[in-house]
Amino acid sequence: MVAQSLLMGHPLSSPDHARHALLYMYRIRKFEEAVEDLFGRGMMHGTMHLSIGQEAGPTGMCLALRLEDQITSTHRGHGHCIAKGADLTRMMAELLGKKIGYCGGRGGSMHIADAETGNLGANGVVGGGIPIAVGAALASKMQHKGTVAVSFFGDGAMNEGAFHEAANLAAIWKLPVILFCENNHYGMSSSTEKAFAIDRLADRGLGYGIPGVTVDGNDVVAVYEASEAAVARARNGEGPTLIEAITYRWKGHSRSDKNLYRSKEEIDEWKDLDPIPKFIHRVLEANLLRQDEIDAIQKQATDQIIEAVNNAAAAESAEPSGLLEAVFKAVSA
Amino acid sequence: MSDRMLTMAEALREAMGIAMEERPEVFILGEDIGIYGGAFGVTGDLYHRFSPLRVLDTPISELGIVGAAVGAALSGMRPIVEIQFSDFTAQAMDQIANQAAKIHFMLGGALHVPLVLRTPQGSGTGAAAQHSQNLETWFANVPGLKVVVPSNPADAKGLLLSAIDDPNPVIFLEHKLLYKIPGRDPVPEGAIRIPLGVSKVVRTGKDLTLVATGIMVNKAFEVTEKLEAEGISITLIDPRTISPLDMSPILESVEKTGRLLVVQEGPSHGGFINEVIARVSESSSFGSLIAPIKRLAGMNIPIPYAPQLEKAAVPQVADIEVAARNLVKEWR
Repeated sequence: MVAQSLLMGHPLSSPDHARHALLYMYRIRKFEEAVEDLFGRGMMHGTMHLSIGQEAGPTGMCLALRLEDQITSTHRGHGHCIAKGADLTRMMAELLGKKIGYCGGRGGSMHIADAETGNLGANGVVGGGIPIAVGAALASKMQHKGTVAVSFFGDGAMNEGAFHEAANLAAIWKLPVILFCENNHYGMSSSTEKAFAIDRLADRGLGYGIPGVTVDGNDVVAVYEASEAAVARARNGEGPTLIEAITYRWKGHSRSDKNLYRSKEEIDEWKDLDPIPKFIHRVLEANLLRQDEIDAIQKQATDQIIEAVNNAAAAESAEPSGLLEAVFKAVSA
Repeated sequence: MSDRMLTMAEALREAMGIAMEERPEVFILGEDIGIYGGAFGVTGDLYHRFSPLRVLDTPISELGIVGAAVGAALSGMRPIVEIQFSDFTAQAMDQIANQAAKIHFMLGGALHVPLVLRTPQGSGTGAAAQHSQNLETWFANVPGLKVVVPSNPADAKGLLLSAIDDPNPVIFLEHKLLYKIPGRDPVPEGAIRIPLGVSKVVRTGKDLTLVATGIMVNKAFEVTEKLEAEGISITLIDPRTISPLDMSPILESVEKTGRLLVVQEGPSHGGFINEVIARVSESSSFGSLIAPIKRLAGMNIPIPYAPQLEKAAVPQVADIEVAARNLVKEWR
């Protein structure tokens, strides 16, 4: 399966848009369920950070982006990668340490990048991608490319110096960048109540002269509408926007997490706010798709993930013999 | 052949001006590099010759500006970052060591980061411990970074042009005491490039191989001249690029002289020169040695303030002279 060009536009603007939004949210969900399953069965190595429950954020944001627009992502980055159009087989192959994986098995879950879809990479360092997105936006401005850059990051990253330095540079240079904070309420075990003395993280924009918008991050429609406005502002030369999308990760921070810092009741409350049924409800209400079509979309996503897992599992393993290659890019004559 | 004598600051500025004229994607960013002309005057008039966008003044945000340079480099630009003092790279180390250095390898070669980070280093200005370190070794220990340490204006210009062409992140460490002094050799006009990863044999002799980096090359050269008068002839080698490191002229010279003295400004513990020594020790040239290998390096202390303390903390000409003479006289 090849990377697809992105469909843009409001998720409720046509049956195709609704189908796209739903398909991508299902893809993210099913991809991560498969990853969790493979880990659980000891078939996957290393660690993983799942974004199950957060699918509306990347899906809604990326519906406002063109293929050539750029993103930087996080350690919890499968969703951003998929929403921007990455190839599922190559993603799964990377996690399985295969040669055809996006990084040839060198990066794993936390480092997938995809030049073809403008994905400058997930990042193992909290906040590491924010200045990089600002630099991509600087390049866009200098080269008059008309592209925007989006940095996805979590609430935890907003307490890193990288956020503050990058936000200020973006503001003073009026760069076409969107700072997209997925506030999932926890930086590993630290709740936002413990880590912030403000209630609304988007208020941090004020200190930099950047408009800050808070949206329901489990509502793909609300996320799209805020994203579309931010992208229009950026393309228009008016500078950056900080979007805070309120969401929740259902799973632990990583595979070692025993969820000691939050209650089962809290997790269950958020599961009731699942972004996928929430969107399905809107789609049915608007008569955009029938239930049988929705079921078919879910099956399509599941089949695509099964295909990706099978293709990746059958692919050739990455070999240590090439490890000294691509430490440096060769200097062309 | 030109006989122009330039200072290192002038030579570096000339290289940047040439690169910016050659390629529209080259731009400079850093603190006070615009109207001010750079804390050490290296960018000088470039702000007026080009545009404020291409000689981009930044707030005091080392992490942010190196990160922005990484992002711009990933997006078709060729940024030259100036960090005002190399000590301040500590503020930006995530973007240097975790991002710029690793992106190409970690992503399986999918993306690359053509970025130059220029920064002054070293002691001798009385600026004390947080403005005076020699950090060659830090950067040389990070796979994925190229590390250049020029010792004179002509090399600085040619190496910087190659660093800007290079598709990889290059850390370019300029000794601040060298900025304002002309070199021994003229600086050629035009876009003459010196490839990275090629050691330079500064002078050839038969009694001792002396390897030094950056400002220590200049101090060592003084010693070679002085000892020549005493009948001691020295081969002086300046690696110029310490990562990747071109060992071949060093090994060849050791085979001829049988004696090796290595000199660096930074502290000895875990220092870059130990790598030179290790590689000689592992090579067949080791069998040619007729004397123990001698190293001179900075003391294992932060750089102190008072001039007499500061001088005592790093190798001086007299130290190199004594070490070189003793090595030759005591081991015959």
